[in-house]
Amino acid sequence: MKKKLVVVGNGMAAGHMLEELFDRGNDEYEVTLFGAEPRVNYNRIMLSPVLSGDKTYEEIIIHDDEWYDTHNVKLVKGVKITSVDREAKCVISADGDKTPYDKLIIATGSNPFILPIEGHYLEGVVSYRDLDDVNLMLDASKGKGKAVVIGGGLLGLEAAAGLQEQGMDVTVLHLMPTLMDRQLDSAAAYLLQAEIERRGITVITRANTEKILGEDKVEGVQLDDGTKIEAELVVMAVGIRPNIELAKECGLMINRGILVTDHMQTSDPDILSVGECVEHGSECYGLVAPLYEMAKVIAANLDGDMDAAYKGSVTSTKLKVTGIDLFSIGDFSEDEGREGIILRDAAGGVYKRLVISDNKLVGVVLYGDTQDGNWYSQILKEERDISEMRETLVFGQNFQGGPPLDPTAAVAALPDEAEICGCNGVCKGKIVSTINEKGLTSVDEVKAHTKASASCGTCANLVEQLLSVTLGETYNPDAAKPMCACTTLEHGDVRRLIVAKQLKSIPAVMQELEWSTAWGCAKCRPALNYYLLAEWPGEYVDDNQSRFVNERMHANIQKDGTYSVVPRMWGGVTTAAELRAIADVADKFNIPTVKVTGGQRIDLLGVQKEDLPKVWEDLNSAGMISGHAYAKGLRTVKTCVGKEWCRFGTQDSTGLGIKLEKILWGSWAPAKVKLAVSGCPRNCAEATCKDFGVICVDSGYELHFAGAAGLDIKGTEVLCNVETEDEVVEYCTALIQLYREQGFYLERIYKWAKRVGVEKIQEQIVEDEALRKELARKFYFAQKFLQIDPWREYVEGKDAHEFKPLAPLAEEVV
Amino acid sequence: MAQENNWVEVCKLEDIPQRGSRRVRTGSLQIAIIRTHEDEVFAIEDKCPHLGGFLSEGIVHGSQVTCPLHNLVIELKTGEAVAPDTGCVKRFAIKKENGNILMDLREAAREAA
Repeated sequence: MKKKLVVVGNGMAAGHMLEELFDRGNDEYEVTLFGAEPRVNYNRIMLSPVLSGDKTYEEIIIHDDEWYDTHNVKLVKGVKITSVDREAKCVISADGDKTPYDKLIIATGSNPFILPIEGHYLEGVVSYRDLDDVNLMLDASKGKGKAVVIGGGLLGLEAAAGLQEQGMDVTVLHLMPTLMDRQLDSAAAYLLQAEIERRGITVITRANTEKILGEDKVEGVQLDDGTKIEAELVVMAVGIRPNIELAKECGLMINRGILVTDHMQTSDPDILSVGECVEHGSECYGLVAPLYEMAKVIAANLDGDMDAAYKGSVTSTKLKVTGIDLFSIGDFSEDEGREGIILRDAAGGVYKRLVISDNKLVGVVLYGDTQDGNWYSQILKEERDISEMRETLVFGQNFQGGPPLDPTAAVAALPDEAEICGCNGVCKGKIVSTINEKGLTSVDEVKAHTKASASCGTCANLVEQLLSVTLGETYNPDAAKPMCACTTLEHGDVRRLIVAKQLKSIPAVMQELEWSTAWGCAKCRPALNYYLLAEWPGEYVDDNQSRFVNERMHANIQKDGTYSVVPRMWGGVTTAAELRAIADVADKFNIPTVKVTGGQRIDLLGVQKEDLPKVWEDLNSAGMISGHAYAKGLRTVKTCVGKEWCRFGTQDSTGLGIKLEKILWGSWAPAKVKLAVSGCPRNCAEATCKDFGVICVDSGYELHFAGAAGLDIKGTEVLCNVETEDEVVEYCTALIQLYREQGFYLERIYKWAKRVGVEKIQEQIVEDEALRKELARKFYFAQKFLQIDPWREYVEGKDAHEFKPLAPLAEEVV
Repeated sequence: MAQENNWVEVCKLEDIPQRGSRRVRTGSLQIAIIRTHEDEVFAIEDKCPHLGGFLSEGIVHGSQVTCPLHNLVIELKTGEAVAPDTGCVKRFAIKKENGNILMDLREAAREAA
């Protein structure tokens, strides 16, 4: 039999709790839901847009009748629960009907506070709490008469703006010297008041309302200084009080609100409470985000996950009045040890104040420009040390080094934990992963799957930017792929930002670009190591620990843990002496397999790791160096014999191949690079399926690029024809340098060409002579630091630990 | 008590590169001694649960190592493969004392036996 879950109160907290529960796939409970309002659960935060006419009631419904049916929730509308029989475990309605429960959730929310002044009962005095209030206000506004709003806080100002939109003549009365005094400091409040007044709303601060005037109907209000203000409508928006009536009636522990534990339990373990009626850690909350966090905890607990606990919330506030951008979070009272950073542009209507204590951000007020609100709240919630960025902190995220980013790039740069939807507590990572997993393509779909932007909706633009970041400009799911799970940035972004921000080490990249992992992963580390190496030749120190084992060992690991060794054989040409040395090495180290490779050289397979330096030493002393058969870089230059021997040969293809190999060896690239030079169009060296190929012809040389003969088979593209060997070298080095600068890690030349466009590459290499020469120059410069035989370095003792196993531990008899 | 520990010195901390590892053999057993960037040291059997690759040759990131053969990732703190992969490697007790890395030889010997 299912357990009986009774929920009293059908507001946003209760609705969200049920949603969380059902999302967990839980169906252990038979749910009965009592709502005092005669309607379904709607989005109370959106009452202001309904009042201003921007939205209709239907548009702000969260759960329609069908939703309750689908989830087998018995919704009892318009029924008030007046008592709880805790002994018998049942709730009792005003009519005396009893409903039994196993678990009871009290979600009675809050009541608007009505000033107990003379006349508060008159017709035309309304609070601002539910849809009935809004309907009353809308009715009253039809006469386009005068309205007074008592209370210049968040709700009061939203009500005032809404009524003014409806054509009423509105006066706001606020007891304190400044508007929204709980959320804003006086400077921001001043700007806000100026803006509100500019819209034609009268604001009176330090206004203590003494009484409401009128016989049956409201006629006006009177302040304690005797001022009288005419009004047909008086809206009381002076705050809310937790609705604890029911809890009090049945003897639960209460203070200002219903006291609950971190598991949202009241003093009766079978009665839980959630929402604005709750007091947790001496705090009562009136904003949606904390309520949703509580709801999540209850749902998890009901589902048996007792690890979930509510730890209190830091709340931020946004004013939902069209055209007024206002954001605040944390504490900005002036205290000893607190420092403020203020940016004020009165003419531009921008004010930003950051309150710092102990190198941490503790409070933020933004007026006029709130786009960094989420960023600041992230820093505040993480209690991040801001001393490093203190000088530019107030300018926002865009100014943290490097040029300003456009808004989309700023969103792209947000870390995964960055909260996008404050109402529903949805972070960027969740949205991005859901977009990816479910193949979402629109804000509405994201809203449906993640709840992001489903409440107040102010983050809808962020969600949209996330979609564009995640799916690319065309919302094409294949267009954008993050480099790895450690970042949301694509390879291209990372390469660009390394240059723009002058990042010169792996930790610098990971810090500045907000990697989500410490020290990355096996995907991003080799890529970053290459990007830095390519970008800062001579400056960046290669990080051996970020290289794949083959590049670290300068040999290719085999499946049994032995290695294969391939010495360089320039242009595929060898000598008897070299072959003799290779044979000697094979004998001396018992190398089991000797094989000719596809790139015209010899592979020694099955070398023990500890023998590698000795093998290299012998090969080195016979004049051979590493063939880089393991490298993301130049592998081989395959050649045919050319005109020296071949009766069809037109040029010295062997000589040219050797020349190219001697210039190119040692260079690192995004992926492996294979070349070939054929002496005539018969193309015996198979140059037309290489990364870069040369076909010699009578008149000179035909240059090819972007071929493939591996995972994919693809004939080359013709780059151009040139006349001299020197030109071949210049074009070839320029093209490889361009690839080194633009390619994504592991992207072969043919894929790079497909991505950026063959014509685009031709334009840069063939048509732009100055650029070509500059690229070639850069290539040669980088080579100064790279053409060092790694084998010799190791033979001379570099990184000896890589090859020497530790002394074996004695096999001691136990 | 026959089950006493027998801690022996394997190497010094500085013998292992940061984000790197060394391999040590005892009997037929190969053990990877892995040092993280934060100088935490772990000892695991040097054999990937997937196809037996040498984990001591993998890239070390955070408290994880990626096998060089087919990129299976092992969490060093638990010895478990990181999802979606499955499997786990044997872990061995290890301790740092005055910059020396010590292993419990009896435990290793039991495993090797």
